[in-house]
Amino acid sequence: MMEHTSKAVLSVRNMSMNFGGLRALSEVDIEVRQGEVVALIGPNGAGKTTFFNCITGIYTPTEGQVLAYPRDGKEKRINGMRTNHVCELGMARTFQNIRLFPSMTALENVMIGRHCRTKTGILGAVLRGAKTRREEQEVVDKSYQLLKKVGLEKVANEYSRNLPYGAQRRLEIARALATEPFLLLLDEPAAGMNPQETLELKEMVTRIREEFQVSVLLIEHDMKMVMSLSDRIYVMEYGRVISTGTPVEVSADPQVIRAYLGEESDA
Amino acid sequence: MATNTLAANLKKSAIAALWLAFLTLPVMVIRVDTVEKTITWRWMHLLYMLVGSFVLAIAWHFMMDRRDRGAAARETEGGVQDSALSRTLNNPRVLRPLMALGFLVAATFPWVFSMYQTNILVSALIYVVLGLGLNITVGLAGLLDLGYVAFYAVGAYAYALLNYHFHLGFWTVLPMAAILGSFFGILLGFPVLRLRGDYLAIVTLGFGQIVKLVLENWNSFSFGPSGVSNISRPGLFGYSYSVEQATTYIYYIMLALVLLAILVTTRLKDSRIGRAWLALREDEIACQAMGIDNTRAKLMAFSLGATLAAVMGAVFAAKTTFINPASFSFMESAMILAIVVLGGMGSILGVILGAFLLILLPEYMRAFSEYRMLLFGATMILVMVFRPEGLIKARRKVYKINTETA
Repeated sequence: MMEHTSKAVLSVRNMSMNFGGLRALSEVDIEVRQGEVVALIGPNGAGKTTFFNCITGIYTPTEGQVLAYPRDGKEKRINGMRTNHVCELGMARTFQNIRLFPSMTALENVMIGRHCRTKTGILGAVLRGAKTRREEQEVVDKSYQLLKKVGLEKVANEYSRNLPYGAQRRLEIARALATEPFLLLLDEPAAGMNPQETLELKEMVTRIREEFQVSVLLIEHDMKMVMSLSDRIYVMEYGRVISTGTPVEVSADPQVIRAYLGEESDA
Repeated sequence: MATNTLAANLKKSAIAALWLAFLTLPVMVIRVDTVEKTITWRWMHLLYMLVGSFVLAIAWHFMMDRRDRGAAARETEGGVQDSALSRTLNNPRVLRPLMALGFLVAATFPWVFSMYQTNILVSALIYVVLGLGLNITVGLAGLLDLGYVAFYAVGAYAYALLNYHFHLGFWTVLPMAAILGSFFGILLGFPVLRLRGDYLAIVTLGFGQIVKLVLENWNSFSFGPSGVSNISRPGLFGYSYSVEQATTYIYYIMLALVLLAILVTTRLKDSRIGRAWLALREDEIACQAMGIDNTRAKLMAFSLGATLAAVMGAVFAAKTTFINPASFSFMESAMILAIVVLGGMGSILGVILGAFLLILLPEYMRAFSEYRMLLFGATMILVMVFRPEGLIKARRKVYKINTETA
């Protein structure tokens, strides 16, 4: 476990999100510190994915502050920032229902992640000078290295739609890593995986955190994985954070037990 | 199993043939002469109908079975299988000599063939470039543009009017047309940034119609339906030349522009920009979440496509020396789109092949001019049923990896 005194990389204060009259998120406070793996758990419909969409610019939060602290250390308010700028800033995500580019190869999927870190424009692409070619080769090589890290180098030239499910999940992570994030946002990375794959995923996330010096915020339903992987856990229910703390603290919290198992009188 | 399906197919075809013969009986067999007040029964026609539809139905079932078997094979193998045509043409050993031959024919064409043939080829080449341009917008970036011909009109009128009012030459206007085209591309791009699919198609369709209507009705600007005539042919360092030489000259200009367009689109396709377009086409949300500026990518796709169309418009005006709004109807947009779809979305080789097929075939099928559109429609339907990804499937580049830079 990491020490909990390091500085924050993401700080969400008092954030609320209304869809018309529906309050999907209510005064949420969440902080991710450097090098931490933080999990966001809660029953279905608790607002976890809405939270992800709010901090990645897909939705603009109705109230509150979303502050990010990129590697350069400057505080940046990212409420309502465009999704691609959030990614450029260094917060890369994966999706609950895999969103790869199906008719592009695995390698190309990762290469897309390099887009925001490269510069070639129309003129450069047409003239294809030495600089463009060098950049292009760098993109290819770096992407291939990332595929290696997630164990997909053998299928680099396969169309991503032909990859098995677990491989697609890992490819999404590699694609996110290609954008050089300081914070990796994983939306149910173990969904649909068997216990063996889940275990491998857990090891991979741990390895990636060390190697790339990234913080990880993940939404997950697999309790075994959440409990053993995360440094801290936030529990959400009905758009509110109802509990927070280390895995041990959270699993002992009566509020959490009630949220997951229902009222005692119901049980 | 195989005999089973064969028997089933024969039965199905026989039933289909019987039905069709029965349904067309009144039209095909009975002939009523109202003047002589006689009825002729042409029973031979019934036989033709039966045999013809039976053979066609058998062929249809055979093709469908083959297609389904192909799909099943793809499922089990997990890999992507290309059609024989795609494989042959994508093989460098076949492609290289073929390209050399094509280039040789292209380079000597006006000297070997008549002016009439050269003229037809020039218009085919114009459609090649138009197809390549629309391929950027539709094939690569996945933005369905049904008003593409508007940009073609912009280029043509830019040259015609600048030539008429200010006597500007072709070579001066060509870059101006390109800039104007990209400007109009962005102009259309902005309001449709949030639209996709059907909605985008409708708005672009409207844009195409607006441009045509403006050209038709704003008499003081565009001379209305009567158009602009006596447009100068391209200048050649001040030399004057005959009509025949003009055709040859424009042919070579077009050839150069086609090569340029192929170079530009091929390089763009395999570049950072091209990949961004593909990602945009595949999944817009994921694309933006991975740091690609959707707005920029879309505007670039629109304006590059429009640039090529506008340049072609200027060439078209210089070639025909007369333009009017009738040349820029929706049919043209549909034709260019058909070239892209038939050829293979995103495939450059496919689009070139598609343009030649769709432009040259009708020219040489003038013998059956009455059935031309019928055959055209039938061809399109058949291609879409059996080759939904077009004649030549777009191929992804295989990248060379330097593993030692680990």
